Amino acid sequence: MSEITSNQQPARPAPSPYRRDLSDALNALVPVDQVGVEERAASLAKRSLKKETKVQALRLAISMIDLTTLEGKDTPGKVLALCRKAILPDPLDASIPHVGAVCVYPNMVPVVSRALKGSGVKTAAVATAFPSGQSPLEVRIDEVRRTVAMGADEIDMVISRSAFLTGDYQRVFDEIAEVKDACGPAHLKVILETGELGSYDQVRKASMIAMYAGADFIKTSTGKIPVGATLPVTLVMFEAIRDFHHLTGVRIGMKPAGGISNAKLALAYLVLLYETLGADWMTPDLFRLGASSLLNDILMQLRKEATGAYQSPDYFTLD
Amino acid sequence: MTTEQIHDPQGALERLKPGPAAALPVPWEYAPSREATDHVPIRPRYELFVGGKFVAPRSGRYFPTINPATEETLAEVAEAGEADVDAAVTEARRAFDKTWRKVKPSERAKYIFRVARLIQEKSRALAVAETLNGGKPIKESRDIDVPLAAAHFFYYAGWADKLPYAFPTRKVEPLGVAGQIIPWNFPLLMAAWKIAPALAAGNTVVLKPAETTPITAMMLAEIFQEADFPPGVVNIITGAGETGSALVRHPQVDKIAFTGSTEVGKRIQRALAGTGKRLTLELGGKAANIVFEDAPLDQAVEGIVNGIYFNQGHVCCAGSRLFVQESIAEPLMRKLRARVETLRLGDPLDKNTDVGAINSRQQLEKIQELVDSGVAEGAEMFQSSCQLPSRGFWFAPTFFTGVAQSSRIAQEEIFGPVLSVLTFRTPEEALERANNTPYGLSAGVWTEKGSRILKIAQKLKAGVVWANTYNKFDPASPFGGYKESGFGREGGLHGLAPYVKLS
Repeated sequence: MSEITSNQQPARPAPSPYRRDLSDALNALVPVDQVGVEERAASLAKRSLKKETKVQALRLAISMIDLTTLEGKDTPGKVLALCRKAILPDPLDASIPHVGAVCVYPNMVPVVSRALKGSGVKTAAVATAFPSGQSPLEVRIDEVRRTVAMGADEIDMVISRSAFLTGDYQRVFDEIAEVKDACGPAHLKVILETGELGSYDQVRKASMIAMYAGADFIKTSTGKIPVGATLPVTLVMFEAIRDFHHLTGVRIGMKPAGGISNAKLALAYLVLLYETLGADWMTPDLFRLGASSLLNDILMQLRKEATGAYQSPDYFTLD
Repeated sequence: MTTEQIHDPQGALERLKPGPAAALPVPWEYAPSREATDHVPIRPRYELFVGGKFVAPRSGRYFPTINPATEETLAEVAEAGEADVDAAVTEARRAFDKTWRKVKPSERAKYIFRVARLIQEKSRALAVAETLNGGKPIKESRDIDVPLAAAHFFYYAGWADKLPYAFPTRKVEPLGVAGQIIPWNFPLLMAAWKIAPALAAGNTVVLKPAETTPITAMMLAEIFQEADFPPGVVNIITGAGETGSALVRHPQVDKIAFTGSTEVGKRIQRALAGTGKRLTLELGGKAANIVFEDAPLDQAVEGIVNGIYFNQGHVCCAGSRLFVQESIAEPLMRKLRARVETLRLGDPLDKNTDVGAINSRQQLEKIQELVDSGVAEGAEMFQSSCQLPSRGFWFAPTFFTGVAQSSRIAQEEIFGPVLSVLTFRTPEEALERANNTPYGLSAGVWTEKGSRILKIAQKLKAGVVWANTYNKFDPASPFGGYKESGFGREGGLHGLAPYVKLS
């Protein structure tokens, strides 16, 4: 693998269409009722998608997957195999769309970006001392710059939960804003790590801070702690995105990640998306599912819809 | 050779023809997901359930019962005349004297438990029948009506042998024969609310379901038969107002329990004056749902929607008057409009349907008349743009803003999917206007401030007050009204009191 030496400054981002200011974020807070939000999410999860709706939704879900591998043991071989799957998920059915992105650690970015070139699949990388974020800001900013320079189209950063939980929202905000600037043309997904924030009110607050600080996407989780994405947490973030859109006219994307491992759950997320943010958000530009094992389960469901019978998992490649 | 080249010989990846970009589903339609009906044993004809048997009516008359979503006839149902009512009450009296009062309380409990279990076993069929006959969405009959009906039998079964603990230091005796008349909005659930406490306390029962929705009550009759109840302990007779009136007037009835309109409730109370019969009434409502500026707005919107559009608004405790603090009226109305547009109205049997059919043509006309009056009185109407099916009885989810306290739509019970929105400035004003109604069944309070919830709830003249939620029911929780919403409580320990004589 070639050594990365490039440290060039990415192009300056376009000016923000809204004022990037913490006080605006904090003014946009409304309380969230835990019982109510969990009830609403549970009721939407009971929607019943059948036949063509199900097939259509499953295919859309594939195009929204950030196919992810975030392991110390990742190698170019492993990552390239994943890229093949990302580009052409089912070689027996070329009509199945490619996934949204392949998401890796920074060192794998050169491999991925070269493999995905021209395929329409984006190269995403976690950066900013993922998953804890517990490194000096300069180190994290530098990591972002280098990762973008290596070819990442999208950066998944983590917020400083340490600063957030001590109430230092200004620091959380400023760090996101700096990372956003360091991203240049790359899209920024801001991971809130909602499983560490403690309440839906805090999720709402972190969402607003991230959006006003310049996030293109907000994302639930790193996948590195036991609690990943949940439907109610995602609903709270959707509602924050909806309010932000009303206030600024800007559409922010959403990425639940962590624990979304089967097709049924993916469909529930799509229903939640559709009935909260509407058809405008039903695109990989504004919604992603961070997942690794989800793709095979969706392929299995699609094959079942096509043939009427479930196939053995042995017919689906483990990549 | 680099590692990449080893794993990607001859640039195979570059030659891989990628899958297409996603086709975006705009607009996204859910394919029909219809609950099957072929497993539901709806009979072509239902007789009267009297003395443990299904018997033809002495009146010789039958009336059709329809599916309000299609106007198709589902079955014909016996119409109980005066002689049939007399036969049913006589059977109930005989069962009370000869068998039921001699059954040990712990045995009584077992019978009632059996009913609860049988409702659970037959829950799918009961849910489908409820939806077919009443027009309510299958998700509601499946998730709310039927499970709650079973829960009521379970709950009161538990009290049957513990009555001395319910009324310590008092001697507890049953009243005798209870005549019970129930409405069409929750046919099976209301039957459960009425029958379970009456049986637990040791009474026998003559129940009359509403004329538009008799089917699940007759399925419940089959359950009582299957549970091997002594004949006559539960009698279920069908018919319209005349039948109910005969039941109310029958001299052998010791207690009347009625759920329905305030108008009929008043007539019943007049008829019973001086007879010594006990009476409980659960009547209309015009509940205030009060949203303060610090409320969780998105969840409040869900509560407002659930409060008024649940069961097409055919709910006596529906949150039909929304009081919004003026400082949040704009965002709340914006969110409410958007949310109402997402409600899915249509085939009640579709699992994705949120709003079903109006129960009857008569009710539809009443709703339309009141909505017309709202428009005529100058309130601003918002109505969902959803398509209404061409057959059956339907009304699009509707709300009015700019409603005056004096408007008919703010005063009269509409009993349909129509909300009146009013604004207020201070908590005192909200309270004053919320209580300024002849009704007093239920209310809702939305605020993050716990102290305000307690203060407002204490001062609201309503039998049930929900805080940061709406339309939550539990058999352990008493339900009932103030003022013209009736008297007596159903559910919980309080729900036993109307069925016992204490000394």
